Amino acid sequence: MDALIAEFPRFVSGFLGTLRLCLFAAIGALLLGTLLAAFRVSPVPPLRWVGTSWVTVFRNSPLVVVLFLFAFGLPQVGVVFPTFGGNAFFWPGVAGLSAYTAAFVCEAVRSGINSVPAGQAEAARAVGLTFQQTLGAVVLPQALRTVVPPLGSVMIAMIKNSAIVGAFGVTGELFSVDGALTAAGYSALSSLGGVAIAYLAITIPAGIGLGWLERKIEVKR
Amino acid sequence: MTEAPMIRMVSVDKHFGELHVLRDINLEVAAGQVVVVLGPSGSGKSTLCRTINRLEPVDSGTIEVDGQRLPEEGKALAGLRADVGMVFQSFNLFAHKTILQNVTLAPMKVRRTSKADAEKAGIALLERVGIANQRDKYPAQLSGGQQQRAAIARALAMKPKVMLFDEPTSALDPEMVNEVLDVMTTLAKEGMTMLVVTHEMGFARRAANRVVFMSDGEIVEDADPEAFFTAPRSDRAKDFLGKILTH
Repeated sequence: MDALIAEFPRFVSGFLGTLRLCLFAAIGALLLGTLLAAFRVSPVPPLRWVGTSWVTVFRNSPLVVVLFLFAFGLPQVGVVFPTFGGNAFFWPGVAGLSAYTAAFVCEAVRSGINSVPAGQAEAARAVGLTFQQTLGAVVLPQALRTVVPPLGSVMIAMIKNSAIVGAFGVTGELFSVDGALTAAGYSALSSLGGVAIAYLAITIPAGIGLGWLERKIEVKR
Repeated sequence: MTEAPMIRMVSVDKHFGELHVLRDINLEVAAGQVVVVLGPSGSGKSTLCRTINRLEPVDSGTIEVDGQRLPEEGKALAGLRADVGMVFQSFNLFAHKTILQNVTLAPMKVRRTSKADAEKAGIALLERVGIANQRDKYPAQLSGGQQQRAAIARALAMKPKVMLFDEPTSALDPEMVNEVLDVMTTLAKEGMTMLVVTHEMGFARRAANRVVFMSDGEIVEDADPEAFFTAPRSDRAKDFLGKILTH
């Protein structure tokens, strides 16, 4: 644990780097994943096809491959991400992590949509709501209750997966702190131990927050 | 007939896989008429009711509401459904919204009514069905009869041209059936066009202009209620009435 104490500022900066990366990726994954879930239950076949294809491709590809494709493959076909504080790999990392996690978010949201009794959507359509209104005003608010636990697992998995983004060059996030410390002569055990503790300092409060959210949604109604 | 009927079904057929659930259905309901659809379970009467606002699409044939052919899925269909009220067997009130919010949701979202106007009209409707004092409760806190009356108010809030009732009292405890039928009878007397799928013979006698009897996906009889109940023409109707009237 000596590394954690002696190099505390480095850990704090890595901790913040990981938080920043995960915040952007979580926003992207939640928005995109919910949209994809809406596509998958939509009455329009091409939209369903897009949703299903996305899930099939990204859920079944290793995250490392996805990240490398975003960082090195996309620029080759002209998709160039802006740099973030001088770091060229930040936005490709966020985008790759979002695209990958969105597939899992989509499936969690879709299972929530399926848990809402069919009569709810029927009644909404019967009073004249459009598909979007039915989903937005009637189905998704009720799906939320069942979706929070699986979505929480997906988000925690994403926070841990963000270490892979660090491993390939988003310097300044938590996992990259380990490389820097090992290079500076600290033992792997002490520096990795510090990194593990710092991850737990994000994921455990995240889990507690999700439990709170779950209870808060439950009492409503 | 000079003006178009409120509901017109011409040569409608529908299958559920192997099951031929609607066979060559031809039915017209004039504006202001109350038609009760009777028949044994599995005869296709609920399906018939649900095809009129396209909750069930049909395989062939045409359906018109107030002279307008049912559009395909999309905005136009939503527009038509806004004019067709529907009441379900299992109420289907929006579980996450209060009773008043259930009644005001569609007027605000679909008709763009202001919240104040929608609430004023909503409270008036809830008073009409006798549950205005329950307006701030959630559906799960109400009895079945109260929920179904709220569902009727929700449908009426859109000022529909026609109301469809799909076995509205079948999921209710016996002592709550009448409170719902009373609301429906009043509605019928006020001149609402109604198509009612039900097993309530008393309601059919009291409020219906016509009784349509279905069996095995076909309309077997289409008669005046008194004539149907006292002198059914077909054997299937005689058999059906014999079973339900003698228990």
